[in-house]
Amino acid sequence: MLHFGEVPEPELPASGWMRVLPTLSGICGSDLAAIGGHASLYLDPLTSYPFVPGHEVVGMLDDGTRVVVEPALGCKVRGIDPLCPRCAEGRPGLCYNVTEGPIEVGLQTGYCADTGGGWGEVLVAHPSQVHRVPESLSDDAAVLIEPFACCVHAALRGGATKDDVVVVLGAGTIGLLTVAAVKLFTPPKKLIAVAKHPTQRDLARKLGADQVIAPDDVFQRVRFATAARRLDGMDRSLLLGGADITFECVGRASSLSEAVRFTRGGGTVVAVGMPGDEKVDWAAIWQRELTVTGAYAYGSEPKRKGRSTFELALEAAPEVHLEKLTGPLFSLGDYREAIAYAMSAGRLGAVKVAFDLRGLRA
Amino acid sequence: MLFHFGEGVRLEKLPLGSRIVYPPDPLEPIAHPERAIKRALGKPLEDDPLKSLLRRGMKLTIAFDDLSLPLPPMAAPDVRQLVMEEVIDMAAEAGVEDIHLIAALGLHRRMTADEVRHIVGDRIFTTFWPDRLYQHDGEDPDANVYIGKTAQGEEVTLHKRAAESDLVVYVNLTLVPMDGGHKSMATGLATYRGIRAHHNVKTLLGSRSYMNPPDSALHHSCIRQGQLIEDTVRVFHIETTVNNHAFPAIANFMQKRETDWTAQDQAMFLGMKQFTDLAPPAFKRNVFHAMRAPYGLTAVNAGQVDAVHDKTLEAVRKQISVSVEGQTDIVTLGVPYLGPYNVNAPMNPVLVVCMGIGYLFNFYRHKPVLRKGGVLILTHPCRYEFDAVQHPSYIDYYDEVLADTTDLVEIERKYEKRFAQDPWFVQLYRKSHAYHGAHPFYAHYWAAHGIDHAGDIIIVGGEREVVHRLGFKAATTLEDAFEMAEQTVGRHPSVTHLRMPPIMLCDVE
Repeated sequence: MLHFGEVPEPELPASGWMRVLPTLSGICGSDLAAIGGHASLYLDPLTSYPFVPGHEVVGMLDDGTRVVVEPALGCKVRGIDPLCPRCAEGRPGLCYNVTEGPIEVGLQTGYCADTGGGWGEVLVAHPSQVHRVPESLSDDAAVLIEPFACCVHAALRGGATKDDVVVVLGAGTIGLLTVAAVKLFTPPKKLIAVAKHPTQRDLARKLGADQVIAPDDVFQRVRFATAARRLDGMDRSLLLGGADITFECVGRASSLSEAVRFTRGGGTVVAVGMPGDEKVDWAAIWQRELTVTGAYAYGSEPKRKGRSTFELALEAAPEVHLEKLTGPLFSLGDYREAIAYAMSAGRLGAVKVAFDLRGLRA
Repeated sequence: MLFHFGEGVRLEKLPLGSRIVYPPDPLEPIAHPERAIKRALGKPLEDDPLKSLLRRGMKLTIAFDDLSLPLPPMAAPDVRQLVMEEVIDMAAEAGVEDIHLIAALGLHRRMTADEVRHIVGDRIFTTFWPDRLYQHDGEDPDANVYIGKTAQGEEVTLHKRAAESDLVVYVNLTLVPMDGGHKSMATGLATYRGIRAHHNVKTLLGSRSYMNPPDSALHHSCIRQGQLIEDTVRVFHIETTVNNHAFPAIANFMQKRETDWTAQDQAMFLGMKQFTDLAPPAFKRNVFHAMRAPYGLTAVNAGQVDAVHDKTLEAVRKQISVSVEGQTDIVTLGVPYLGPYNVNAPMNPVLVVCMGIGYLFNFYRHKPVLRKGGVLILTHPCRYEFDAVQHPSYIDYYDEVLADTTDLVEIERKYEKRFAQDPWFVQLYRKSHAYHGAHPFYAHYWAAHGIDHAGDIIIVGGEREVVHRLGFKAATTLEDAFEMAEQTVGRHPSVTHLRMPPIMLCDVE
């Protein structure tokens, strides 16, 4: 249940932690899934209640420094030493110790009872979680650094090469930012974006898609792009051949089921959009020997000499003009309208709907 | 004035003073086709009687035109059936046992068994299908041979069985002057390698028009290839022509001038208009495609290909030629539901271009009815509608190629080879009932001369987005189209409406 009201300011859990006063805080698809009751119950034991949502945050430290928050709550944030094997690899999103340390259970800020979240006036963060925002980057752009970092991570996990045909399924925030990330970090031979709404189509093109297609045309167009063979079965098509790598950015069963049928045998499907408890026909995955891999969060990127995903995202942000994807902005008090708007963002021509908390500090 | 409008008809008003050109009435058919066929085979032109060419132990191949003509398909018995039955009877009498029949479909789609049966008749079908009656496969590397190059560098290929035969008898049905002659073998039994020699933008721009072989670079090329084929294999050519009786009784009003319509014709027209206005496209299509034309045989000639084809063209012109005095600023044409490449399928947008600006525009001799830089106005609903079985490459052509450019030279350079070699299109052409991957290119090239010649092309009643994708202008009504045409041809243009089908060839003086 989502409740709007006054809650005590989160306490600093340990020395070194700092207060962040959110300026803008995005409404993510995962937030909408949680509010709508569509989120997978898998996440339940990884969450502590009650929590203040909001993990896409640009804000200010008490000294006025503008920062974005890297919300993963891994070993380092929790003060656990030695680090678990995953955190040692630079993958705090996969931390084994999300139940340990001075704060409650939680994968991320925004899903932890002790940290507060971006949809509040104050949250608390470990120094390793905050990244200074360059002056040249506006708040409207910076609020998208967190999802952009997710997509940079996804692109690097996909690992497309210049010989690959890549499909990005879905053109919400994650889909569009994946298009941008793939284009910038792992440019393929051909990048096809699947977008439903006119604004999404336009943005996908601007962000670097070589071709933008409608969801209904995906088999026809991918077949052509890859010179595959298309077979039409009882109620579904499949390609013999197909895309080398598909980024599934919708998180729905129908989309994932299509992805595994138009990605070539031996190819890779990267699940970027947050899926729920989805029913997918595994026959294609089995028969095509697909690599289906998740891409969750960020950390440090081995394919970029171990550099922080957030830093990579911050560096690349000016080129992407992230600010064009942000808006409309709502005050916290208008949260019902904001959430309703976010739920229909694509249809309404919006990408990232966010809360503007600057008024709270005035 | 009646305008064909895809699977429908429209009544339109033309400006005062407009000229209407109607096709000639159907000629009286030959009363006894079987006798005429026997006579032609017994007394061929510049060749020995067929009987004398047949001998025991020989390898005989009979090749025949596919279902792309006549249009609409001919009511049974198809004239090709009558000819082939006679040839086979003669061969049997001579003791020929090794007989194969090949549908010479070039890069057209494979026909269904029923479609083949309709052309050859039950007797032949039952006896020969599928081992000795089959369809040409231009992508089977084992079934085609490379013969050589013409003096102009055109490569020539031929179906292997035909190339290795002691005698090839080609059975043709010529509906329009473009058909028949050397083109039958040079395209019908060829591969992409051979066909691309003349099915290209340059050749089609140099064919003015390809409905008049002497002025057609396409035909000159086919003749050169055909001569090389004749050096390789002995060919006996049989060509037939039919009259203009293109519509069954139910649509007989389409054969007539509107002023000649009887009360019954008017009632039939109103009934059809009501039906086509209300019925969904797929239902209308089924009804229209089930129509069979009561064509009557007007000529049958056999023997040496050039001699035969001269006579054939003479017979065709006798049926379809119309004398037209001078050119006009605007030509209007109603594009019907059917063209050579959409039998039992919707006429997709690329085929609308092929039919309207390709075939119908090119039905002229000497010079086009439309003056250079004039406005061509077509009526057709021009929907985004494709048959996924017959026209898979057309879908990609429309969605990928036309989204990029409508410049035919660029299209040819940039895309044709890729489509032609796409393994899926190759497979669908070979195993399903799909046109070859290169076919949408050819259908579009067919319109190269018309597009180049017209100052503007307007499609009335077409889906705006589709018409624009094709590179033309869209108008809601004919009146709007005339108003739009003013920008190109001025305020008081001369107008000619070519009321086809049935087809006609305009001898423009």
